Amino acid sequence: MSDIALPFRPRGATQEHPVARVALVGAAAVFVVLFLLLPLITVFAEALKDGISAAIAAITEPDALSAIKLTLIAAGIAVPLNVTFGLSASWAISKFDFRGKSFLVTLVDLPFSVSPVVSGLVYVLIFGMQGWLGPYLRDHDIKIIFALPGIVLATMFVTFPFVARELIPLMTDQGRDEEEAATSLGASGWKTFCRVTLPNIKWGLLYGVLLCNARAMGEFGAVSVVSGHIRGQTNTMPLHVEVLYNDYQFVAAFAVASLLALLALVTLAVKTFLEWRYADEIAAVHKH
Amino acid sequence: MSFAGALPSTYWRTRSALPGFGLSLGLTVFYLSTIVLIPLAALIIRPWELGWSGFVAEVTAPRVFAALKLSFGAAAIGAVLNTFFGLIVAWALVRYRFPLKRLVDALVDLPFALPTAVAGIALSSLYAPNGWLGAPLMSLGIKAAYTPLGIVIALTFIGLPFVVRTLQPVLSDLSRDHEEAAATLGASRFQTFRRVVFPALLPALITGAALAFARAVGEYGSVIFIAGNLPMRSEIAPLLIIIKLEEFDYAGAASIGVVMLGVSFLMLFALNGVQSYTAARR
Repeated sequence: MSDIALPFRPRGATQEHPVARVALVGAAAVFVVLFLLLPLITVFAEALKDGISAAIAAITEPDALSAIKLTLIAAGIAVPLNVTFGLSASWAISKFDFRGKSFLVTLVDLPFSVSPVVSGLVYVLIFGMQGWLGPYLRDHDIKIIFALPGIVLATMFVTFPFVARELIPLMTDQGRDEEEAATSLGASGWKTFCRVTLPNIKWGLLYGVLLCNARAMGEFGAVSVVSGHIRGQTNTMPLHVEVLYNDYQFVAAFAVASLLALLALVTLAVKTFLEWRYADEIAAVHKH
Repeated sequence: MSFAGALPSTYWRTRSALPGFGLSLGLTVFYLSTIVLIPLAALIIRPWELGWSGFVAEVTAPRVFAALKLSFGAAAIGAVLNTFFGLIVAWALVRYRFPLKRLVDALVDLPFALPTAVAGIALSSLYAPNGWLGAPLMSLGIKAAYTPLGIVIALTFIGLPFVVRTLQPVLSDLSRDHEEAAATLGASRFQTFRRVVFPALLPALITGAALAFARAVGEYGSVIFIAGNLPMRSEIAPLLIIIKLEEFDYAGAASIGVVMLGVSFLMLFALNGVQSYTAARR
């Protein structure tokens, strides 16, 4: 009886008709291949069009190297600062009860709902030539816009919520009992944090840092507004990709882009691993 | 919370046994103000040097108005497409087993992880008239890259994860009991979906679509390469902000920024409304 042809096999009351299932999975597969997989493959295919040596040459050329260096420096400053902020915000929000807490949480999420271009714009309005502090900065020969500080500020704004929004739900879930026990046994606040809190949140923290870093290195819109696109000086990797692409140096553009795509793939792989392995030690709520 | 009554509380906070409240809250508020709040205040104040009528004239100028209409319109179409395909993808991922499922699941996050400029140039060469997908579309008489259609494609790419990731947990938490009850009462599978499953998914669908829309409205990197950037036709609002900045028209740039920010906030409030409405019904 088990060899009855498919259409006659009784199906569960909450299952779709086999044809409908195949159609749905097929539609999902076509959509994912067309919209997600093909763009990803394009990046690597275009980068390797003229062979691997052309791609390597494009990545090791001086302007590309200086773009890579600038990206690493900007992320190297912005990410640790945002980690410090994220830890301090989630400590204050999850371990204490005070008025205006939910308002503070909303404010922390604010940068996610701001366009990247607007995130860059706000700093130009303050530090730009015709900004609030523009004349003062010019008189004192301090460069913020079209220089490293502006790039770092814009990156910080855009990646601001990543660590905090990962840790706040996680630490709220974990409660305060363990920290209270440690404190009542005489541990200092700092020791409690290092010995009790940090080990409890390490995977969630790593997860947040990972997402924060991926966005910091890949940010384009916000950095584009404040950078000034000075080749070899204020171009980060994404901006260098833009310059090359607009110069019709497609192989070189895609070669640098493939480095960023590799970063994205590594991020996704580690993220998937963390979600699978430490599901309960990462915040349950994942909204990006 | 058990000791909340035991320790005296000030009028604005409950006393706690744990240290570091002042330091952590102080640092948080300081950092938040410096990086986010004061700069945003600078944005909101700036357009008013034009006066109310100047601001209105600025954002209703034909070129600005066309750009805003395009950004909001294309984002809305992208959100609708994502709601439809996102539901199918989430459904397949939660309900069915198929080869490479884990890979597909991980791939859904690609638009979050892939830098927008990389997505932009990839989509642009994919849909260019001589590209892998652009060439076949061209022979059908459809020009995708450098037209508003290209913008919709890019915004669909960028918004997909929001819908799928919002739907997935709701879909897997959905109890099968109601579906079984509907089936025993004689409902067809489609009737069950339409009358039982869909209403339960609706709040998550709306939330996901709104998140995708909000992201798409402000999106820049993945769009400008494929957009064509012709004024009045395929020029998005964020690009116009950059053009105004390059002309040192700070107030004009800030005016467009304020409109975009205002709409984002309205979306955020509406979303909170949807969420608290859903929470209240549970």
